[in-house]
Formats: sequence, C-alpha cells, structure tokens
Amino acid sequence: MNALPGINVVTSGRAIVSTALAPAERALGVLGGDLTERSLRLHLEGLPGVDAVGLEERAAALGTRSIKTTSKAWALNTIIRLIDLTTLEGADTPGKVSSLVAKALTPDPNDASVPRVAAVCVYGDMVPAAVTALGAAHGDPDAGLVSVAAVATAFPSGRASLRVKLADTEDAVAAGADEIDMVIDRGAFLAGNYGLVFDQIVAVKDSCRRADGTFAHLKVILETGELNTYDNVRKASWLSILAGGDFIKTSTGKVTPAATLPVTLLMLEVVRDWYRLTGERIGVKPAGGIRTSKDAIKYLVTVAETVGEHWLQPHLFRFGASSLLNDVLLQRQKLTTGRYSGPDYVTVD
Amino acid sequence: MSDLSKTPSFLDYAPAPESTSILHLKKSYGLFIDGEFVKGHGAPFLTISPSSEQKIAEIANANSRDVDVAVAAARKAYDRTWSRMSGADRGKYLFRIARLVQERARELAVAESLDNGKPIKESRDVDVPLVAAWFFYYAGWADKLDYAGLGPNPKALGVAAQVIPWNFPLLMLAWKVAPALAAGNTVVIKPAETTSLSAMIFAEILQQADLPAGVVNIITGAGDTGEALVNHPDVNKVAFTGSTAVGRAIAKSTAGSGKKLTLELGGKAANIVFDDAPIDQAIEGIVNGIFFNQGHVCCAGSRLLVQENVHDEVVDRLKSRLGTLRLGDPLDKNTDIGAINSREQLDRVRELSDIGEAEGAVRWSAPCVIPDKGFWFAPTIFTNVSTSSRIARDEIFGPVLAVLTFRTPGEAIAKANNTPYGLSAGIWSDKGSKILAVADKLRAGVIWANTFNRFDPASPFGGYKESGFGREGGRHGLAAYLESAGWGSGK
Repeated sequence: MNALPGINVVTSGRAIVSTALAPAERALGVLGGDLTERSLRLHLEGLPGVDAVGLEERAAALGTRSIKTTSKAWALNTIIRLIDLTTLEGADTPGKVSSLVAKALTPDPNDASVPRVAAVCVYGDMVPAAVTALGAAHGDPDAGLVSVAAVATAFPSGRASLRVKLADTEDAVAAGADEIDMVIDRGAFLAGNYGLVFDQIVAVKDSCRRADGTFAHLKVILETGELNTYDNVRKASWLSILAGGDFIKTSTGKVTPAATLPVTLLMLEVVRDWYRLTGERIGVKPAGGIRTSKDAIKYLVTVAETVGEHWLQPHLFRFGASSLLNDVLLQRQKLTTGRYSGPDYVTVD
Repeated sequence: MSDLSKTPSFLDYAPAPESTSILHLKKSYGLFIDGEFVKGHGAPFLTISPSSEQKIAEIANANSRDVDVAVAAARKAYDRTWSRMSGADRGKYLFRIARLVQERARELAVAESLDNGKPIKESRDVDVPLVAAWFFYYAGWADKLDYAGLGPNPKALGVAAQVIPWNFPLLMLAWKVAPALAAGNTVVIKPAETTSLSAMIFAEILQQADLPAGVVNIITGAGDTGEALVNHPDVNKVAFTGSTAVGRAIAKSTAGSGKKLTLELGGKAANIVFDDAPIDQAIEGIVNGIFFNQGHVCCAGSRLLVQENVHDEVVDRLKSRLGTLRLGDPLDKNTDIGAINSREQLDRVRELSDIGEAEGAVRWSAPCVIPDKGFWFAPTIFTNVSTSSRIARDEIFGPVLAVLTFRTPGEAIAKANNTPYGLSAGIWSDKGSKILAVADKLRAGVIWANTFNRFDPASPFGGYKESGFGREGGRHGLAAYLESAGWGSGK
C-alpha cells in the first residue's frame, strides 16, 4: 500500500492516533511547524461558534432576493454551467452514463444556446464509460468542456480501510477522473479523532496525483446531515481545507438532510474567511436536495453576497444535482417563449 | 470584500419593484371621526414620498374644534356602546380587524413603503405581519381580562388619547389601538404628520369591519393637533411614542390632571459584542440593530460596544458586510436601505454626523450611489468614538453607528448603562452564563441576546429612565389601559 510518513493506518477498525500529522502545506502555513493532533484540535476548538437561529435567519433573508428578467436569465445559464450532473445508483450502466453525458453536452436539443454543465459525477467504475462518451468534449469546464468527477473513498459511508479508500481513488484517477469527490470519516470526526480525518484527507489528496505530477481536483464531502450541528460543519470545513481539499462539499445525497441553504452559507463563510486569511480561493459544492431553479437561484445569491460574484464559476462553485437541470431548462424555455411548457419538453436521461 | 466592489452584472440585480397598482388612493383624506371621513378645519397639508419627494395625497388637518368633536365621539361610543359590550364581542371585532389587515397586507405594505420610505421587504415581512399579530394577540385577551393579574373585573379607563411617531406608522398604531380596545377603551389617535397614509387605509378597514362608530377616531395634523388632543379635559388616558423632549412636555401638561400616562421615548441602545460571540451572526445582528428601518428605531443598537481584542476584526467584517447593502427605491424587493423619512430628519442625521467628525471620530460610509431625488443617507459607522462624544450620547435616529470598545464585562456594563436612556440593549456571546450575568445588570427595558430588534406581541416593551415609562405588549401592555379593582376612584 501507498503508505506515507505520518499517516494513520487503520487496522482492524481501530485508529492509531499519531502525534505528528501528515505534512500538509496549508496546515503548516496556518498552524505553524508544530503540526500535531493537539495543535489541530486547539485550532478547531478555537473557532468562533455558530448561532443557529442567526445563521438560519440570514439564509432565509438571502432567500427573499427577487431575481427577475436579465438577472434571472444570467442566473439560469450560470446554474447550468455549475451543475455536476450526477448519477450514483447501484443500477448505473455504461448506457445510463453515456445518456447522462449526452445530456451534459446538449442539455436542451431544441436550443443550442444552452451552455454545457460543468461535469458528470459517477461512481469510480463508471469513469471509463464517461470518458469514452465525452470524447473530445472531455476537459476543463472553465474552457467550456465537461469534466468527469468520481465519488471515491468507499462512498457514501466511508466505512472502509484507508488502503481501500486510496485504491478506490487511484483507480478513478487512473481511469481519467478529473475530480475526486471523497467522503470524510464522520465516525472519526464525531469521536473527536480530528487527526485521523485530517490524515486521511491528506492521503487521498496524495492519491489524486497523476503520473505527470498534476493532481485531480479533490472535493471533500462533509456529509453535514450526519455532522448534525453547525459548529461541527464549521470545524469540518476548516479541517478539510487545512488538509488540502480544493472544494468542500455538503453531502453525498444519500443522507437526509442533504444540502441546505444555511449549511451552504456557513461553508461559504469559512471559505471567505480562508480567503481573507490566505488569499486562496476554495470551492463549495452543495449537493442533494436542490431540485428547482428557484432554490438554485437562492444559492447563487448566497454565493454572490457572501464571497462575491467571482466565485460563480466552475472551479469555485458547483451544484451536485440530477433533477435540477430539467427544471432550469423549463424555466429557461419560459423566459424565451413567455409560456410554460411541461416535463415532456425536456429530455429524460 | 474586494470581489464585491469590482463585479458588475449579477449583483446589480435587475429592478424588482413591487407594483403600486394595488393601491387605490384618494386625492385627499379627511379626518376619521365617528365612523365617517369628515373635513378638517385646519389647513390641509400634503404627504409626500420621501424617496421621490412626489406628492401622494392631501391630508386633513384637525384643529382644536375637530379634536373636541373626535373626543366627544369617542366618549359617546364609550358610554353607549363599547363599555357595555361583552369582552367576547369586543374580541370578535379585533379578530375581524386582524384578518382584514392580513387580507389587505400587500396594499398596506405598499402604502407604508411609499409614504414612510422604508424598504418593502420590511413593511411586507415585519411591519404588517406584526400589525396583524398585535390585533390577534389582544383580541384573545378581550374576554380574559380577569386573568390579566389586575384582580377581578378590571375596568377600562375611558377615552384614550394616543399620539404615535413616523418610524413604524401602522405598527405603532396597532400597539396603541389593539390593547386599548381589548381593555374596553375608546380611542382618538393621531398619526405623525409625515406618515398618515396607512392610518387612513386602516380607517377603511375599520369601516369594513363594522366597528361601532366612534370607537376609534383618527385625526391627522401636526404637533399642535397632538397637543390639543393630549390636553383635552375629557381624555382619561394619554399614550405617546416619540421624542423625549415632547414626552417631557406631555408629562408636565398632564401632571395633576388625573390622566393615566404611558410614554415610550428615545433610546441609545448598547449592542455589546464579546470576543466569544458567534461572529458572523453578530455582524448580522449589528447590521440589523442599527440599519433596520434606516435606523429610525427607538430601540436601535446605535452604540456598538465591542471587546477591544476583536475590535479591528469586527469593524473590518462589518465594513465588508455594509458593502453589500442595497440602498434605493423602497418599493424594490431587493432594497435593504430605504429613504430617510423627511428632510428635517435628514438634516438632523447630517448635523450629528458632522459633529461626530468634528469631535475626532473616524467616519466611514458604505459605498453606495445616492439617488438624485429624495432624502437619503448612506449607512455610516464611526470608529474612534469616545464616550463623551455627542454621537455616543445623543439619539441620532438614523443609519449611523458609533463604535466604542471595552475590556471587561464590568466595563461593558458600565458603559452600556452610562446613558440617560434605557430602552434596549443587545448582548452577543456564545456563553450563556455570561449573557445572563450581564443582562441582569443592564438598565434597559428590553435585552436581546444573540439577536436584535425582535418583536412579539406577547413580550412587554418599554424603557428605563428617559426612555419613558409604562409597558406595551403582553399582559403588561393591558395594565396601561385598565384600572384594577383596588386602584383609583372606581368611577
């Protein structure tokens, strides 16, 4: 196995808590040379608290913004450009994936002005199918191409040995995945083993390294529905960023509640604070439960008013969604034609 | 944040104005006396929209003769109808009014924003829903006065003279009228000169509700009308919300007259932010505390007391946040900061801000485009403010925040209490025991913890010291309009 110095190896279900954490550039920069379980804990526990009532009120207030006409048209196109079109089912087949890819490339067959989505998001073993189906359109969404994102690390529960998680990641990257959506070990986090969670993220990040030395983008899924409290979400967000995540992502979509506006607002606040501290921009991906254009627009407003409009591009913000795209297409048709059509006027993928 | 200032497009949300087509305004409004609109005998005046300076309607002006007629109508309604009616029946009328307010909520919100200048999102989401809530709440009390804690069968006072301010025109009307009627009094109320419009629509609602004639009389006019009303000899109760100077004059003139008096006056609330506060929510609370309703709030958190070790961070974050506030058309659904209510008020805010600067405080205003017409003042914060500075002592009643620092909880308490006022205060900390310990020592009628400017009809509201006396809201609010069996002459 690909053991790195300082990484905790999970054996027979018990974590060996290390005193020195795996070296992670960001954590070293912020916490200093003394990077230990203890210094990490002190940092996370020293973060200011979150007042749930106040956070939810702020999110609700952002949700009352009224986005009309030209702003709405821009918002709908932007939502499409930021979607990770997702299929994560046991029943997924290469046929299903290639149909998803077709939808990603041509969301509305009747309207060529509709932009492409950012990425397709699949299980690791479906990456080759996605890469093949994308062909020449496979690439950087900032350049108008479509990425392949793979969930990895024993998604969605994350209950496997580190060896399995790393192998899962390496396979997906080798097969051509541009982005890895990993899950954190929520059990370890809730038990207070922050060092273990940290080390695993560092290790997975290392497994994202391609043969040419570049890295697949790492999205770290917090599974906020299992972390339960906003204070935990804030801690886990900091932890994931410190360990090297390029994106922090709310949920797997397999746990209720998945993404909510207050949780996303909170994660955006962490990302904003990280930017204030270091000048580095981290991405945010709410995933699961965002089904309507109306809801998605609330997220755009929240991003724009929390971290700035600059964040509304594929390498800094994504929606993890499957049914959202069709609703956006319906709204877009309404805006162009002035009337509502129906579900038969958008394609099922 | 720098990203916010340099980006155009999306954050310049396309206009989303609330339509005024729902309003069916008359060209001129009379006085509402004895169930009818009648002409006033003073010279009528215009009400304008402070955001555009455009004329909205002509408003009648009540002179002392009109005041006599209105008080006589209220007396007659009290003697013949309202005091004889069962509490349950009075409650029915109040419930009906509450429902009609809900039915006409959008119309009332549009009228309020047009006439007052406050953002439609506030009139729509705060003012009007609270108006309905106030009537619903006191409707429930009307047949339960025996349980108000004033002994068995508490008695109404008679005719209540009520004078209200311009900052929450309809909400202040509801705060005054709902408990008075529930307790069995009849009312003569005078809205502020610059904001009579929603009271006129409310008069239409009273007609729609078939409220017996004379139970509520609404007379419009300026200060002299209010003076004639509170000094009228046949009035049993005076309730006033407004400036401390006028409140003091009313207290003098009603002294010894036997009139029961409640005053809700000015404030200079301390909003105390400890270093263990939930920081992002505290920033929201500071913004809501002082920039809600352009700071035209008597309980506004106009003095920010921030622990010295987090001062720079709080101010920095606050400035970033203020950069996202949208100032402009009050009827646009995305407007956060509306217009200052009148030129007179704008002049006062400007004058006090200039004094602040002259006294050495550092002024910072949010970068926003000020419309050409109308009365506007950008959200402003002053740092480097000393406790002796006038902007730290005088009520500015505008979107201006004075930032002061403290080092220990004891110092925070001492500075918070060091004001002639005592209406409200706010405490921000994640530590519950600290919140309780500090709240216990603050001399203020309302103390918010980890929130600010929250109102509920069940919660009593009122001040210490120069902020007035008497309580509005809750069971306590009823006591202001009732005489218990053990009190007074029992007439």
